[in-house]
Amino acid sequence: MMRWLFFLPLVVFAVLVGLWFWGLNPNRDPNALPSQLINKELPAFALPALEGSGSPALARSDLSDGQVKLINFFASWCVPCRAEHPHLETLAKETSLPIHGIAWRDEPAATLAWLQNLGNPYTRIGVDQKNTVGLDFGITGVPETFIIDAKGRVRYRHQGPLDPRIINTVITPLVQALRREAEEAS
Amino acid sequence: MIRALSDKFSALRLALAVALSLFAGLASLPACSVEPDEVLPDAQQEALAREISKQLRCVVCQNQSIDDSDASIAKDMRLKVRELVVQGQDEQSIKSYFVERYGNYVLLRPPFDASTALLWLMPLILLAVAAIGIAVALMRRQKTLKNNTEAPLSAEEQDRLEALLHEESKS
Repeated sequence: MMRWLFFLPLVVFAVLVGLWFWGLNPNRDPNALPSQLINKELPAFALPALEGSGSPALARSDLSDGQVKLINFFASWCVPCRAEHPHLETLAKETSLPIHGIAWRDEPAATLAWLQNLGNPYTRIGVDQKNTVGLDFGITGVPETFIIDAKGRVRYRHQGPLDPRIINTVITPLVQALRREAEEAS
Repeated sequence: MIRALSDKFSALRLALAVALSLFAGLASLPACSVEPDEVLPDAQQEALAREISKQLRCVVCQNQSIDDSDASIAKDMRLKVRELVVQGQDEQSIKSYFVERYGNYVLLRPPFDASTALLWLMPLILLAVAAIGIAVALMRRQKTLKNNTEAPLSAEEQDRLEALLHEESKS
């Protein structure tokens, strides 16, 4: 008994070291909020179009068209969105992946000016000025990007701006996998 | 002259006391971020909405309830709470509306389930460990006390002890 107790501090210390290693892991993000929508159907919504953008409106029914697509929440007042924007442009130009935009808590005139200035990578644009659809998506801020599969279910959510690393290591492989999945199913 | 001065001082003191108590009264009002245009006309519904808002975490400010937070998304959530209250939903269904979208994270008081069992039970576990530790220590001490009680002195030893004590008191 006594001899066992003698090692107890060592055992406690080892457990703590394990916890510290887990806690200090640079890949662990304690602020990450996993999306509740993964693998679930999105709730019904229909957002108005952005007048003058040339992109049609976005509704829930546009998402189950058998294509894999991105939904990107953005706003003209959002600085990281500006950083992300050229990468969305590249994706839209160089791939066949549809990118739908949701203008979140933004004045339509400001959104339009922003897109005219920087370019419009979006296939469809929905205007969500009052954050009604944003709440349904569990948005905590902009930018946020969702990968939607062929059946209109959310398969992945990225919080924060997309960059080439995320696009090449996460987005593109997942989109390809989902496309294969859709082909096999049909 | 002195009389007039002291009168002036007492008036000043009174004013200061009034100002201070007013300030203290204001400061002790509960801090909240509900803006006047958000408040529901029905006082009972508003009270329910406030009660629910206090239990929901603002998703961008981590340790504030949406009732306390000035973040724009917290305002959206407060308005949603009020919209659902007006629709006649009860507290539980409004909370689950937000849990469906943001997960248990959105509740300031985590529910008891498999992932939070350790958190909720830790005080009881620590209490039990401490109780066991104290009981073991007490039992061990009693045992050593019992072992240490030695046999009483024999008559011979008693005589020797007395002789020694006697000798000491003499010198």
